[in-house]
Amino acid sequence: MKFFEDLRVGDRFELGRHTFTAEDIKSFAQRFDPQPFHVDEEAAKRSHFGALCASGWHTASVWMRLMIEYHRREDAERAARGEPSAIFGPSPGFRDLKWLKPVYSGDTVTFATEIVELRASKSRPDWGLMTIRNGGANQRGEPVLSFVSMSFVQRRSRTAS
Amino acid sequence: MPPHAPPPKRYWEDFAPGQVIEHGPRRITREEIVAYAREFDPQPFHLDEEAARHSMLGGLCASGWHSCCILMRMSAESFVLNSSSMGAPGVDEVRWLAPIRPGDDLTLRATVLSSRPSGSRPGMGLVNVHFELFNASGVCVLSLKAPLMFARRNSGIAA
Repeated sequence: MKFFEDLRVGDRFELGRHTFTAEDIKSFAQRFDPQPFHVDEEAAKRSHFGALCASGWHTASVWMRLMIEYHRREDAERAARGEPSAIFGPSPGFRDLKWLKPVYSGDTVTFATEIVELRASKSRPDWGLMTIRNGGANQRGEPVLSFVSMSFVQRRSRTAS
Repeated sequence: MPPHAPPPKRYWEDFAPGQVIEHGPRRITREEIVAYAREFDPQPFHLDEEAARHSMLGGLCASGWHSCCILMRMSAESFVLNSSSMGAPGVDEVRWLAPIRPGDDLTLRATVLSSRPSGSRPGMGLVNVHFELFNASGVCVLSLKAPLMFARRNSGIAA
């Protein structure tokens, strides 16, 4: 992760893509969201979705993984240049999450994120608070996921020690 | 009603503002916290006790997204699977209020805030629900507000 001071509102990152296979969708849903349209192809055909589709929590969880992997790649590039990376802190939450279209088996979703607000943390001087707008679009370019989340990011000024 | 009859399936009409549904407790294990984190959120404070001790969260705890998945699973067991659920269009707000630690016993509380028929789909209605997860000390660790979609009774929608 870049240090808080090096982030700019409007910075946009393409995080990566993931193809949701039927096996992948059912395995996640059996553990966390076993509604018929997420675990059973036949039941899904009869449902309003018309075919097996991923739990919305699955789509969001994959966003999280790709977000971490993206920043790990950036951290490795900085390390290769001999530059330090900031710690990616915890998140107080998110809002306005929309599952805009079902993610069907075989769909490939490309995820991206954009910084919309940066402010210093009043209670935690070593950290800044980053607000990001996150999204995913399928292989036809149709948005399937959108939400706004917050995350603590370490500040450079306090890392000298 | 006979003593062992299953609870009746819930349709949109069966959710009324103020109604409270409770479920649990469910014990959260270190294994499931680490398994979810390895797959989806491999940050040190979700994977490793020693690294977690030095983090802002002060010890190993579940990924926030994992906590949403736990809430989903408990809701499914509590009432969603025995309902005319048609999924959800999104989530209005999630607040990760306190860490979920290994061994925590979590209880779910779902409070119906409001309910309205769908404007675009005559056979469907929406129910706004405030979900909360509490640990054994009564601390709310997760607050989530979401609209849920349910088929209406006798709508003919297979749900």
